[in-house]
Amino acid sequence: MQDFLQTEEILVNMGPQHPSTHGVLRLVIRTDGEMVRETYTHIGYLHRCAEKIGENLTYKQFVPYTDRLDYLASINNNLGFCLAVENLAQIEVPERAAYLRVMGAEMNRIASHLVSYGTLGMEAGAFTPFFYGFREREQLVAIIEKMCGARLTYHYARLGGVMRDITPEIARDTREFVRTMEQRWEEYNTLLSFNEIFIKRTANVGIIPRDMAIGYGLTGPCLRGSGVEWDLRKDDPYSLYERFAFTVPYGDGRMGTVGDSWDRYWVRMVEIKESLKIITQVLDGLPEGPIMGKVPRVLKLPVGEAYMRVENPRGELGFYLVSDGGTKPYRLRIRGPSFCNLSIMNALGRECLVADVVMILGSIDVVLGEVDR
Amino acid sequence: MDAKEIYTRLVSQFGSERILAFRDDAAGDPFVLIRPESVRGVMQFLRSEQSLDFDFLSLITGVDYPDQLTVVYHLFSYSQTHKLVVKVELPRASPRVDTVESIWPTANWQERETFDLLGVEFVGHSNLRRILLPEDWDGHPLRKDYQQPDEYHGVSNW
Repeated sequence: MQDFLQTEEILVNMGPQHPSTHGVLRLVIRTDGEMVRETYTHIGYLHRCAEKIGENLTYKQFVPYTDRLDYLASINNNLGFCLAVENLAQIEVPERAAYLRVMGAEMNRIASHLVSYGTLGMEAGAFTPFFYGFREREQLVAIIEKMCGARLTYHYARLGGVMRDITPEIARDTREFVRTMEQRWEEYNTLLSFNEIFIKRTANVGIIPRDMAIGYGLTGPCLRGSGVEWDLRKDDPYSLYERFAFTVPYGDGRMGTVGDSWDRYWVRMVEIKESLKIITQVLDGLPEGPIMGKVPRVLKLPVGEAYMRVENPRGELGFYLVSDGGTKPYRLRIRGPSFCNLSIMNALGRECLVADVVMILGSIDVVLGEVDR
Repeated sequence: MDAKEIYTRLVSQFGSERILAFRDDAAGDPFVLIRPESVRGVMQFLRSEQSLDFDFLSLITGVDYPDQLTVVYHLFSYSQTHKLVVKVELPRASPRVDTVESIWPTANWQERETFDLLGVEFVGHSNLRRILLPEDWDGHPLRKDYQQPDEYHGVSNW
């Protein structure tokens, strides 16, 4: 056979422009036929040095830049940065604003998980989930558009509160969305979650044991998929999350082994449902009052430093602020969950099938805008 | 344990010539300052000591100050649910510190990023190459004295 077929190992470039890489990511894989022997991840194609930009802007000016980190979770990013600044500056946020922030963050979480659902299905060769996911996402984005006027980079949470109050119309639309989504959720599962082909493609693929997940700094659904019951909204609450009842899903190896791709996928699916619960509770218990606290026109932070972390759809988003007492941060460090989650790719993408690499990458669910910052 | 107790524990283990200071006077989080030469030993202790059990390295940051370059480690323990900020101060001209990659694999990429953007050399790192910037890039952009180049491969930056 060796006379007419090449049997040696070859290097294949997957990306930087490839539909399954969720953006501009380049994987160099050493293949032996259908087997992947080694994966090497190249990142940085979207690098804008957001941290350097942050050093040259005032705190208020940097908030819209956070939209562009993980652009599928803008409100969560705004929230994280605003909380970091507010903690250090001791700015008080009115209750109503905190509730609205939670609502925005949870809506954004659902929107983000719906993209993940659609793209993961598509990577497994199922086209329909993508349309289903984006149909519901459209309904959701239309509501968020009414809240803040944008469809992707929302800039909804501002220093001291939120940009705008919600109207009765928005509240009605949101409740309707919750009803629709609860029904559609069952459809989603019939279509993809318990589809035999999908299970074969994801169960027992890309297994991340608990210790490995923690060691590689995985957070969010990737960490919970490995069986760690940890959610910052529950275990280190911020923005009044302690007032809302919801459960934290984690992987139990139902379809194969704990920490496989299906577990990570399933954690996201259950989180959609939990977020719906939180949104309903926000709407039911929304207190009256102002939506903006007192923020000085020229905001100077005291000398010091603080690390603030929030639970983003993809994991722990952290902002480490170092202030020298001026109007701009002396140093602003952004811990992007996608960056840390992706760092496990080299370790997972070995001795598996080429098709598995695509599923593993999809189940880690990265956004390259945040990996590269 | 809170940061102060962990500091006391570290001093009794390593002595005050290795564990230099504990600061909580400024706003925000307190931190422990240690000698750069002791990084690997102290970190290994923080990771493996049962009562501390820092299994999660949240973040490695470099901060460029006028007279030194500080590397900051944000640690967290899932089992003990306590956190700690550890700092080392390095000379700006030749910042070198041991890698902690063998203790927390996540340090691999985070140290590469700190090397890339601030020029900190992590001694013993398995693959200390630029990660975000192109490999032929000059300088380290997060240094305060960094000069932005006018062009890159014939493409103007303005």
